[in-house]
Amino acid sequence: MSSTLTRNYFELFSLPQQYALERAELDARYRELQRTVHPDRYASAGDQERRLSMQQAAHINEAYQVLRDPLRRGRYLLELRGHRIDDQQTTHQDPEFLMQQIELREALGAIRSQDDPLQALDRLARDIQAQYRALESELARVLDEDEEIGAALTLVLKMQYFMRLQNEVQELEADLEDELC
Amino acid sequence: MALLQISEPGESTAPHQHRLAAGIDLGTTNSLVASVRSGVAETLPDREGHHLLPSVVRYLPSGEHQVGEVALQQAAGDPLNTISSVKRFMGRGVEDVKRLGSVLPYEFIAGESGMPLIRTAAGDRSPVQVSADILAELRQRAEQTLGGELAGVVITVPAYFDDAQRQATKDAGKLAGLKVLRLLNEPTAAAVAYGLDRGSDGIIAVYDLGGGTFDVSILRLNQGVFEVMATAGDTALGGDDMDRAIAAWMMEQAGLGSDPDHGLQRRLLMSARAAKEALTDSEQVELTVALDDGGEWRGMLTRQHMDRLIEPLVRKTLGPCRRTLRDAGLDRTDIREVVMVGGSTRVAKVRSMVGEFFAREPLVDIDPDKVVAVGAAIQADILAGNQPEDDMLLLDVIPLSLGIETMGGLTEKIIPRNTTIPVSRAQEFTTYKDGQTAMALHVVQGERELVDACRSLARFELRGMPPMTAGAARIRVTYQVDADGLLSVTAEEQTSGVQAHIEVKPSYGLSDNEIERMLRDSMDHAEDDMKARRLREQQVEAERVLEALQAALQQDADSFLNREERSAIEQAAAELAELRDGDDHRAIKNAIERLESVSAAYVDRRMNANIRKAMAGHAVDEFK
Ligand SMILES: Nc1ncnc2c1ncn2[C@@H]1O[C@H](COP(=O)(O)OP(=O)(O)OP(=O)(O)O)[C@@H](O)[C@H]1O
Ligand SMILES: [Mg+2]
Repeated sequence: MSSTLTRNYFELFSLPQQYALERAELDARYRELQRTVHPDRYASAGDQERRLSMQQAAHINEAYQVLRDPLRRGRYLLELRGHRIDDQQTTHQDPEFLMQQIELREALGAIRSQDDPLQALDRLARDIQAQYRALESELARVLDEDEEIGAALTLVLKMQYFMRLQNEVQELEADLEDELC
Repeated sequence: MALLQISEPGESTAPHQHRLAAGIDLGTTNSLVASVRSGVAETLPDREGHHLLPSVVRYLPSGEHQVGEVALQQAAGDPLNTISSVKRFMGRGVEDVKRLGSVLPYEFIAGESGMPLIRTAAGDRSPVQVSADILAELRQRAEQTLGGELAGVVITVPAYFDDAQRQATKDAGKLAGLKVLRLLNEPTAAAVAYGLDRGSDGIIAVYDLGGGTFDVSILRLNQGVFEVMATAGDTALGGDDMDRAIAAWMMEQAGLGSDPDHGLQRRLLMSARAAKEALTDSEQVELTVALDDGGEWRGMLTRQHMDRLIEPLVRKTLGPCRRTLRDAGLDRTDIREVVMVGGSTRVAKVRSMVGEFFAREPLVDIDPDKVVAVGAAIQADILAGNQPEDDMLLLDVIPLSLGIETMGGLTEKIIPRNTTIPVSRAQEFTTYKDGQTAMALHVVQGERELVDACRSLARFELRGMPPMTAGAARIRVTYQVDADGLLSVTAEEQTSGVQAHIEVKPSYGLSDNEIERMLRDSMDHAEDDMKARRLREQQVEAERVLEALQAALQQDADSFLNREERSAIEQAAAELAELRDGDDHRAIKNAIERLESVSAAYVDRRMNANIRKAMAGHAVDEFK
């Protein structure tokens, strides 16, 4: 009987160790787990039990954050297979992908000079989002069906590019809204 | 009720005694106390039937003080000794307080630890003490109404309160002699009151504009689980600011200089507030203010004009609304309901602008003054263990990122804002000098890149590391935030095992010893009272531990314990039971610790079994 604090996140949630995931199911299990361990359930217990419950709840929160995020889940699965990627890592990608990134960045840089910057940004964000989703489904295929680790690593690194881009889109959106609204 | 948790329905557990619990809304302008009685959560009135207690304390030369309406009545006559809106100063340093606004109607001085003190006729008072006086008043009201001592309370705080402000609030609770079961975010409390009323699932936004603070939270409700997805706000924005905007306009109209004395300031603010509140129901109001020269100024304010004066303030709340949506990854159209909380949401302009923003009519049918206290009372009742069958669960988030100072005055985020609590995150750092044996750590909170633009929470040092070459040390810094949103930090050098730990106490906060000293000072027969109090605390704790343990043993001792383990636990329990009836609080404390240590493995096994049991219905074939 391994302690729940050391079991891997998929086991903890009693989910198959694979990329594809039913979000609603993950959410439901998360709620069930928190119902069991959350410190509020131990408000009248002794100090020791309260501490333990806090540790468990924090662990389950962490696991949930990783599993529900397509990028972090991908990285976690690769880590379980012995391939660690840190979030700053970049890649010697194919030139085509790098070209595309440069173009997207240029588009982002030009947003402020558009007639309706917020609307233009919204369009760009949707475009980025769609490409990110496409990478996600490809990752599910190479990880769950083909088990091509090399291809999976490349895809995760690509997703990291898009993630950074998405963060910048959000920052710009926040700035624009503060200025314009 | 922890250990009772896994009993099957129908299985009998130890008989449970009802514990008196209350929810307290410690507001900037008004405070309330509520409790669940005969299954209904309701706010408790004072003898005259008033539910709202103005958050005002007046200190008298005799050393005594008055709280609430009586104090408020004297505010203009005795401005320097009558403290209102003290919530704005909680967890703040002297410098912050000065920055908060030019119009502070009383005198601040710097206390020894950098905590601002307010000069009053009864002596210098810290914001924590003033808040404790308000809490003590509510405690008394509750204990009189409910007919007994409170076993525990839930105190609400603005969701956007940072660590220092939360810590200060909890300290105030302790100082008022309360057992604080939980600090609960105000919008979450409102959602609890609201959610249970309607019993329906979906995503809601809670817009809470009170006297001095603004919060907006987005929550997902699902079968009794309230999951906060994102929160944002401004801890220095509220109805007070509207009053100030109106008062400034009045001064302009009356041709008064920009530097009125304290008394006139108070009169202007009170008249502005009365006018604002009247304009909720009428189209225009007459204004009168007594001037210092014995004369009087009269004027007229229309709602339309007031709307123009306050429009920028209301607009300021929409930025955080947009941010929560973005952080939650949602569109305005995803929001099913918008709940309005706080007295300032009575202002028509607020309702219309918020309604326009979310493109839906906000809900205003729940009393915006009482809803927070009611939600807190519901949670307090559950936490006290009075509702073992209730499976409501609140999952909240931290409102502001927690970080650490790195080279060059930059912040590195360790826990980003809107992370669900409790949470624990670690990061590794290293030394940058050869032979370095100590490392200074600076804990900050905020979103900005530069440390100076964030709130400094604490500084501490990890000392006694063995000298190593630069970059060889591996210092693991762990941030842990509990369910109250309070942070503690540990640092450990991994290769040598040298450790440092702090509960993050803001530099201008109170140490536990200070709290204890103040508590002692406030009692008539200090020594005896303090002793009796400690003894009672330990007895209650012993009772709790024993009760939970007995229930657990009855249920499943056989599944988790061998004979030896069980008899060791039973022996330690018997020892505790005997000491509990004595009068030595230290001996009881030690016995509790002994019992906890012999039952540690048992507690751990049970919790893990609970988790497996919760997931048991979802067997996964993929791995064995
Ligand atoms: N009828 C009304 N019309 C307009 N404003 C009102 C009305 N009634 C109360 N207010 C305002 O509501 C504010 C007080 O609201 P509330 O009691 O919710 O705040 P609070 O809980 O004390 O503050 P906070 O939650 O910010 O700490 C005051 O600014 C008051 O002037
Ligand atoms: Mg309030």
